[in-house]
Amino acid sequence: MTAATVPSGDRDRPMRIVVCIKQVPKAEELQVDPKTQTLKRVGVPSEINPPDANALEIALGMKDAHGAEVVVLSMGPTSFDESLERAVAMGADRGILLTDRILGGSDTVPTAYALSETIAKIGGYDLILCGEETTDASTGHVGPGIAGHLDIPQITYVSQVDLVDGKVRAKRTAEDGTEWWEARMPCLVTVNFGCNAPRDPSLTGKIRVKRGGLVVHWSCADVGIDPKKVGLLNSPTIVAHVDTVKLPPRAGKVYRGEPRDAVRQLLEALLADGVVPR
Amino acid sequence: MAERFDAIVVGAGPAGSAAALTLARKGLSTLLVERGRAPGLKNMFGGRVYAWPLPELVPDWKKDCPVERIVTKETMAFLTEDASLGLTFEAPRTADGRGASFTAIRAKFDAWLAKKAEDAGATLVTGIRVDDLWRESGRVRGVVAARGDRVASDLVVIAEGATSTLVRRAGLKADLEPREVSVGVKETIELPPETIQERFGVGEAEGAAQVYAGQASLGLRGGGFLYTNKGSVSLGLVVSSEDLGRKKIPIDEVQTKFRMHPAIQRLLKGGKVVEYSAHLVPELGANMMPRLVADGVLVVGDAAGFLINNGYTFRGVDLAIASGIAAGEAAEAAKAAGGMTAANLAGYEASLRRRHVTTDLERFSRAPLYLKNERLFDVYPRLLIDIAERVYRVDGTGQPRLMDVVLDGAKSGDVPTLRLLLDLLAGARSM
Repeated sequence: MTAATVPSGDRDRPMRIVVCIKQVPKAEELQVDPKTQTLKRVGVPSEINPPDANALEIALGMKDAHGAEVVVLSMGPTSFDESLERAVAMGADRGILLTDRILGGSDTVPTAYALSETIAKIGGYDLILCGEETTDASTGHVGPGIAGHLDIPQITYVSQVDLVDGKVRAKRTAEDGTEWWEARMPCLVTVNFGCNAPRDPSLTGKIRVKRGGLVVHWSCADVGIDPKKVGLLNSPTIVAHVDTVKLPPRAGKVYRGEPRDAVRQLLEALLADGVVPR
Repeated sequence: MAERFDAIVVGAGPAGSAAALTLARKGLSTLLVERGRAPGLKNMFGGRVYAWPLPELVPDWKKDCPVERIVTKETMAFLTEDASLGLTFEAPRTADGRGASFTAIRAKFDAWLAKKAEDAGATLVTGIRVDDLWRESGRVRGVVAARGDRVASDLVVIAEGATSTLVRRAGLKADLEPREVSVGVKETIELPPETIQERFGVGEAEGAAQVYAGQASLGLRGGGFLYTNKGSVSLGLVVSSEDLGRKKIPIDEVQTKFRMHPAIQRLLKGGKVVEYSAHLVPELGANMMPRLVADGVLVVGDAAGFLINNGYTFRGVDLAIASGIAAGEAAEAAKAAGGMTAANLAGYEASLRRRHVTTDLERFSRAPLYLKNERLFDVYPRLLIDIAERVYRVDGTGQPRLMDVVLDGAKSGDVPTLRLLLDLLAGARSM
């Protein structure tokens, strides 16, 4: 396999793809703390934010096809190692966790800043992939924010990425159709949730994780992040109020008998309740 | 470049972890691969571990081994629809003595043993299924996992359990046949520890082991078991898969009837079923053993059919652990002798004999055949209970002598006296 080379660089080398991932509570296990009105993140099973896993799969597919170095990057507490290790076991070459107490409480503005600084520190990147949004906050801010800080082109809501003549060509999902965009590298692409089936970790990948050393921790000082630009105090978002939707009580009525009769009874009941218009 | 190890052990049950621990301790680089999310989660057994091979493997095992209860009380009972006749043996025992046994929960016990293997230097990888042996020009070169992922090794230790696919892929054994396996089912029923102690008449750290014949398996070949854990009871059955198929009775129906038997209900009252599991049980012992050694391959534990069911003791985990140790030692010797060829690994079989694994299997190799005698599961339990009914009945109609009742029962039963005597003799010899 010959590695795709990067035309914009000063030397021939395999392209470097940075995939930004976040660890989120598993969707089916989501719980809101009734007191603080925030998501419970401690003691609940976690996973790689699903759209980020789709982004990772795109990166690994490009690595399979063209050869590439895939670096996964995350920001958060050391418990996020679990997801970075999973990404390496899936086939990423290495993982970096930006972890520092002073980052605690950061919203999307400091997060995009801190991640962009970290990516600049990694250096030599050709393509940055992010999920379209996270399942725990759904803002979709961070990917575009990183592109802004790094001053590189971005293509959002993408379901397919091709390399054509040293450029990225991406299929973008628009509200009323599909668009094809092309961008020079380095650029940033955010990836649609569910656009592919992320692979399982492999035996070789899990062995590499066990051998150790492939996931490293960087602090803000390591990267050179300005402490005055991160953390809760430097985050403009204010969570004023969160409502949890209480499900209305269910009638729990079961209609039995021949399917035809049961369906008729159900329909009558729905019509009577005004749920279905006559 | 493929990852490389001296040895790859497939399956992190007691046999695999014991092998990996021994291999790693002897300085071989060892990979232990488990299909389940964690060791023990996919594994099943009745509930008891005979402790004898543990001190050799983990000298200070008592320090942190997740023992539920030390078995101090053994019961064998026959059931009819509404009656039971039992024999109980009770003796103070400790975890120390040879011959000691304890009840355990596999999710805890297997995780503990796998951790010991890791601590000794083995690399444990979970959540990965091994699909095949990696062979090149007839030689085993390692294993193949999902999507053709290959990892290299000089030796593969097959510790996949009763339904091992690798022993068949390696050409060491033909496909399983129904007559070679039974179906085991088990329900774990939660009860407060104090209730268990009261109902089974055991102390705080002590436990009971009970085996049931007759109506327990609805007269099908097989039997029931009950083991007490700290805060739960393991209740289950092992029933001939041939008989289940022939009589077209679903195993869960047999299990439900067993659980509802008055003698069992009394023990479980107020308990909550928190877990249900089922697995195949190798039954034919020495008669279904695969080839245990090939170039670059050793077979251990249930994958090798190392299970003894002689009607009153069910052994699997002890044989598994002993075979794992034996495999590790054989691999060390083979490495020193220049390579993992079948000839260099031959010490495995000698070591199994020295540890009485294969010798015990051979000794009881007639037990499964004897247990194939259907009278044992249907006619004789009835006969015994009928005798007990008459011995203990005082109703003013004239009380017979014990001897008369027994002779009468033996004569009037469904079995000719000669047949009965022959069965008794065959039983005594095979068990």
